[in-house]
Amino acid sequence: MFERLLIVSAVLFCIGLYGVLSRRHIIAVLISVEIMFNGVNVALVAFSRFVEPAVVRLGQTGSVAERAVLTGQSLALFAIVVAAAEVALGLALVIAMVRRRDNVDVTEVSVMRQ
Amino acid sequence: MTSGIEQAAFWLLAALTIGAALLVVHATSMFRAALLLVVSFLGVAGIFALVNAEFLAVVQVLIYGGGISVLVIFAVMATRDLGHGNMHTQYQPVALFAGSSLLGLLIYAIVQAEWTLLPETLPSPLADVFVDTPAHLGQMLLSEFVLAFEIAGVLLLAVVVGALSLVRERTDV
Repeated sequence: MFERLLIVSAVLFCIGLYGVLSRRHIIAVLISVEIMFNGVNVALVAFSRFVEPAVVRLGQTGSVAERAVLTGQSLALFAIVVAAAEVALGLALVIAMVRRRDNVDVTEVSVMRQ
Repeated sequence: MTSGIEQAAFWLLAALTIGAALLVVHATSMFRAALLLVVSFLGVAGIFALVNAEFLAVVQVLIYGGGISVLVIFAVMATRDLGHGNMHTQYQPVALFAGSSLLGLLIYAIVQAEWTLLPETLPSPLADVFVDTPAHLGQMLLSEFVLAFEIAGVLLLAVVVGALSLVRERTDV
């Protein structure tokens, strides 16, 4: 189950990578980055559920050591927050680009000044 | 985790997620790509629910399935009459090679690595943590990860200000 989850995560990441590198439309590039983020989150949640944390392996007890199994889930939570921030800023950049250049093709807009 | 229904649900969700993601990167219409993206997000939420991450599954549906997809669809509709659809760049063969070779490398590494896994049936204190995930996650965010939690708040504030200043109409500079 664990390795199958990691393989699903790797497949999602590579589909996203292919999309980022091969698409022209800037929103398609952003969407592909989101697919990559999702792949990474699947891997983090799988690690959290199936891998033994070092503090547990070393035999520590207590609530802090026990909830170390949720470290991967909290990391995934932060990753979701950062992804939401990235999408909001990225789409604001898209709107700004459309207003100033009237263009959505990433290969044609390669200079950042006006 | 090894019962037949859970296995079947996992394969179904994995096929749904990966199939939708493949269609997203191949769709010629941006609007269709945005709608398929929502399907892929919901599939990932189902996978989260299968591996004892119910809270993350809800967060995934709310933030990805709700917020991010609405933003993306809005942006697609705002830029609809521009561009020539969702075409490939000239680097498509390179991208295909990079993606598939990285996938092969990752699968090789995943299969070869020696993981120190938890026992198949969890010992009682760990099993209790997975039963009551949101409470333990909340305690973690406000103790072990409190600095990251506060920085996330500052990040969101900076993003709101930054996005507003990017899309503001310049009346006078």
